[in-house]
Amino acid sequence: MSGPAEPLLRVEDLHVEFPTEDGVVHAVDGITYQVRAGGTLGIVGESGSGKTVSSMTTMGLTRAQGARISGRILFEGRDLLELSETQMRAVRGNDIAMIFQDPLSSLHPFFKVGAQLAEAVRAHREVSKSAALARAVELLSLVGIPDPDRRAQEYPHEFSGGMRQRAMIAMALANEPKLLIADEPTTALDVTVQAQILALLERLQRELGMAIVIITHDLGVVAEMADDIAVMYAGRIVETASAELTFHQPQHPYTWGLLRSIPRLESSREDELVPISGSPPSLINRPSGCHFHPRCPYAEPDHARIDPKLEPVAEEPSHHVACLLEQDVRRRIWAQLQTGATPEQALAAVRGAEPPA
Amino acid sequence: MARYIIRRLLWGVLLLIIVAALTFVLFRILPTGDPAKLRAGRLQNPKVIAEIRHDLGLDKPLLTQFWLYMKGIFSRLDLGFSYYSSAPVKGLIWTRFPATLSLVLGGAVIWLASGIAVGIISAVRQRTFVDRASMGTALVLVSAPEYWLGLIALYLFAADIGRFKVFPGAGSYVSITSDPWGWFTSLILPWLVVAAGNAAIYARVMRGSLIEVMGEDYIRTARAKGLSERRVVLRHGVRSAINPIITIVGLDIGVLLGSSVLVETVFDIPGIGRLNYDAITHSDFPIVQGTVLAAALFIIVANIIVDIAYAYLDPRVRYS
Repeated sequence: MSGPAEPLLRVEDLHVEFPTEDGVVHAVDGITYQVRAGGTLGIVGESGSGKTVSSMTTMGLTRAQGARISGRILFEGRDLLELSETQMRAVRGNDIAMIFQDPLSSLHPFFKVGAQLAEAVRAHREVSKSAALARAVELLSLVGIPDPDRRAQEYPHEFSGGMRQRAMIAMALANEPKLLIADEPTTALDVTVQAQILALLERLQRELGMAIVIITHDLGVVAEMADDIAVMYAGRIVETASAELTFHQPQHPYTWGLLRSIPRLESSREDELVPISGSPPSLINRPSGCHFHPRCPYAEPDHARIDPKLEPVAEEPSHHVACLLEQDVRRRIWAQLQTGATPEQALAAVRGAEPPA
Repeated sequence: MARYIIRRLLWGVLLLIIVAALTFVLFRILPTGDPAKLRAGRLQNPKVIAEIRHDLGLDKPLLTQFWLYMKGIFSRLDLGFSYYSSAPVKGLIWTRFPATLSLVLGGAVIWLASGIAVGIISAVRQRTFVDRASMGTALVLVSAPEYWLGLIALYLFAADIGRFKVFPGAGSYVSITSDPWGWFTSLILPWLVVAAGNAAIYARVMRGSLIEVMGEDYIRTARAKGLSERRVVLRHGVRSAINPIITIVGLDIGVLLGSSVLVETVFDIPGIGRLNYDAITHSDFPIVQGTVLAAALFIIVANIIVDIAYAYLDPRVRYS
């Protein structure tokens, strides 16, 4: 990752574990990433990869759930994990704000939208109720909600899905945060509305200069927006690079899988979408060695034993990957995959064997 | 909304007619004793009994009797006269109503306040000692029959027979208008007894409801805003969790107004329940009929009030 020496947010070797009756859930297992002021990081992975838990931990919202947390979360040089609950509350919703996947269930059904926004303002500022409500209307207008005066007096169920997510964004912006964490902000929305929300986030980022961490399972969502991308699998970051490198020279078989599962307009209709086989592993009993090996078409017997480290790619020190395949092998497999080969064909070509019939 | 309320009221009237018909038939089929014989007292000869029967209208066909009864209710709100004392039933119920209302509303205040408070604390301190102790106590209180609790309360605290002579005992009820302080103290034990079982139920309902609500996404949003946990629980959590409480409190008050027989009997409070109990022992049909109808009316009205309250509590609910 590139950027100035002092990033806005730097997460170092973060571990988050939840003790349960069935065993310890290793939700986040030693991840490190950073976000520079005004920059955008995309965290990509399937559900259960730990992307949401890591962000909730940044917000200080996993503490109450009895999580065991270690590592450091440096925000403007201050370790958020060292803060008391009261200090953390002053950061939450103020310096760092968050929006969530389902805007309907994320807004309180019994309070008017304007009142919910005004409450966010008053949580961090000593202003009168009427001033806070005026600010709420201003925020609704900022996120492109027409007739904001009237809309502020309505309840969330009277809003459409896209309008609700706009209202959530307005609420998050109430105190002009330096960092906005957007957890699957478009997943619950129609495709056309998704594009509008992403465009809105980009515009607001330009106007307000805030940094964004966008969490998604969909690489397509972060393709346009993110400067850097971290791909998470089973609680770890398996690949991290600039968006450019992630899309053009991806190194990890899991990233290849994610890229090949995105529908493309330019591909012909006969090209089938390629799902990643298998399902995400249990975070209580994780696979040995490389956690991805049971689903990896290129795994070798060793990979069930050796745990790969996140290491820089040769010639690209900002590009990190945790994969046991040799870099040259990875490069050649990706080249094969780009020609439309199946993983089996690609592997066969690279290994010099005959492709299976 | 107005249309909805009118429709509900009409259904309520129909329901009351059905209830009246059922009780009417029930008390005339069951072998509870012939009111005419009871009224004749020592003059038990067939002629006298036949006269009394004629005076009371009991010699008419059942359908005619019912028709006259209904006509009385709808034309003059007349519930007939007591076989026993000849007093008008409507007046009897009306004079007994304040005592029952005092008992039920006072009890409701206590069980709501304590049940909700304990429920919130238990939910927030889930699986701690406080939670387990409260829920254990709640289980005991729910299981204890009211009359037993009432007798224990009198045995322990009544001024006349109690081990610790703290509160006025049975039969000490006075009306609020004649002696407010006497009214208040005389009802303390009955209130506690009425409240005990309900407080326990409400605490459990509130606990369960709040625990469920605290897992909602909008609670996470409230926390993400940087609100204090106190505000998250008491404003965002309780506001949603209270809805089932509103539903059951309306119904419980409605039911209790018509059926607080046990507590009124144990503490000798001259309320509707007591009136009903005495009437049953005397085979005083008109009073039984009247109190049953009153009880049904309370429940129907309580139901309508709860449904209307719901529309105000939950903006998503709209009746048409």
